[in-house]
Amino acid sequence: MNDMQTKEPVLNRDQTMVGLFLAVLKRDLLLSYRRRSDLVNPLIFFLMVATLFPLGVSPEPEFLAQVAPGVVWVAALLATLLSMDAVFRSDFEDGTLEQTLLSPQPLFVVVLGKVIAHWMLTGLPLTLLAPLLGVMLFLPEGGMTGLMLSLLLGTPTLSLVGAIGAALTVGLRKGGVLISLLVLPLYIPVLIFGTGAVQAAVTGLPLAGYLALLGAMLALGIVMAPLAIGAALRISVSG
Amino acid sequence: MSDPLLRVEQLFCERDDRVLFENLNFSLAAGEVIQIEGQNGSGKTTLLRILGGLSRNFEGDIFWKEEPIGDVAEDFRRNLLYFGHQPGVKAILTPEENLNWYAAMHPAIDPERILDALEQVGLKGYEDVPCHMLSAGQNRRVSLARLYLSSAPLWILDEPFTAIDKRGVAEKEALIARHAEQGGSVILTTHHELSMGDRVRSVNLDKLAGTS
Repeated sequence: MNDMQTKEPVLNRDQTMVGLFLAVLKRDLLLSYRRRSDLVNPLIFFLMVATLFPLGVSPEPEFLAQVAPGVVWVAALLATLLSMDAVFRSDFEDGTLEQTLLSPQPLFVVVLGKVIAHWMLTGLPLTLLAPLLGVMLFLPEGGMTGLMLSLLLGTPTLSLVGAIGAALTVGLRKGGVLISLLVLPLYIPVLIFGTGAVQAAVTGLPLAGYLALLGAMLALGIVMAPLAIGAALRISVSG
Repeated sequence: MSDPLLRVEQLFCERDDRVLFENLNFSLAAGEVIQIEGQNGSGKTTLLRILGGLSRNFEGDIFWKEEPIGDVAEDFRRNLLYFGHQPGVKAILTPEENLNWYAAMHPAIDPERILDALEQVGLKGYEDVPCHMLSAGQNRRVSLARLYLSSAPLWILDEPFTAIDKRGVAEKEALIARHAEQGGSVILTTHHELSMGDRVRSVNLDKLAGTS
């Protein structure tokens, strides 16, 4: 029976955790790279909103400058929400999620890796695209840093919170609508402080307070959300 | 007789107001193979999912090495290889990438043995072909390659022979027999007749549920 005993890994715990995190990240980035068309979907949505908004409402620069922070933030929020349903869907359908839950590795690290990968492919590109939208919507130049910084701190929180909803609804055939209902109320604080930061930047007020609050939400999200996501996944797979 | 690895007591499970099994008791010792029998819909997969810790819709007790399974979940998972209904193979990854992922999730596996395992299941030359280009049977084989990689003592296999050709089935059966000889334990469902003789015990779910 001794030869059947599982060998303990020789690496120390921290190293294996980092290794696991990187393995998850690498796999999810590779998966998205192989399905590039899904990748551009939220970005196109993001751009479309900014393009259509002036056509639908008013092309006046003064008016657009006033609504620009809100429009960019709402577009980023909805684009993230749009991509959320796919985070665990394919893993659930082909049984790899099952295998993940059955592995001895800590679910916290795996889930965090998946969410960070999701953010790198939606939130980060959205943040990088945001200045372009800012220019299109006549956002005053002073607001650009505020826009970038608030999105940089806010979008990871959106991914983390959205993943809780995705994990809860992954077992349902049509989870898309439910995710929105579950997650949108939780997105509102991020939206308020995000747009608040941009407006403060435009009017030349100090940003630090808003950014600190966004940062606090992100810190809380990184610590708590993976636990909730893990528990939600266990419930979904159990059903 | 040593302590059983896995012991099930008074297991009860119902689904949609239909009792799948009740008062189910059995234990699995090292070196034993248990075949779960029953007609379609008798709850074989449900039972395996409960035993593997995926499903919690049951009443009763499960013990791993005489400890309640909930208290020793991590140790249990370290010692478990679960082959589920869905093979757990990502269609857009290659067989090698799929197994690399599995190795990352199970730190006891030596990634250098992956190519060897793929050769054992007859997928040499397909290492770099995305799995969606492979046949259904080959996809199952990718997942079955885990049997050659893993050193976990407990195997739970749900229909491992589906879509596998005759020679492949014979090889897997020999592998299961060898695993049991070395002191490992296997719980499986299959509609194949296993030719392992006395080593195999069977648990029949039809009789328990009164469906026959």
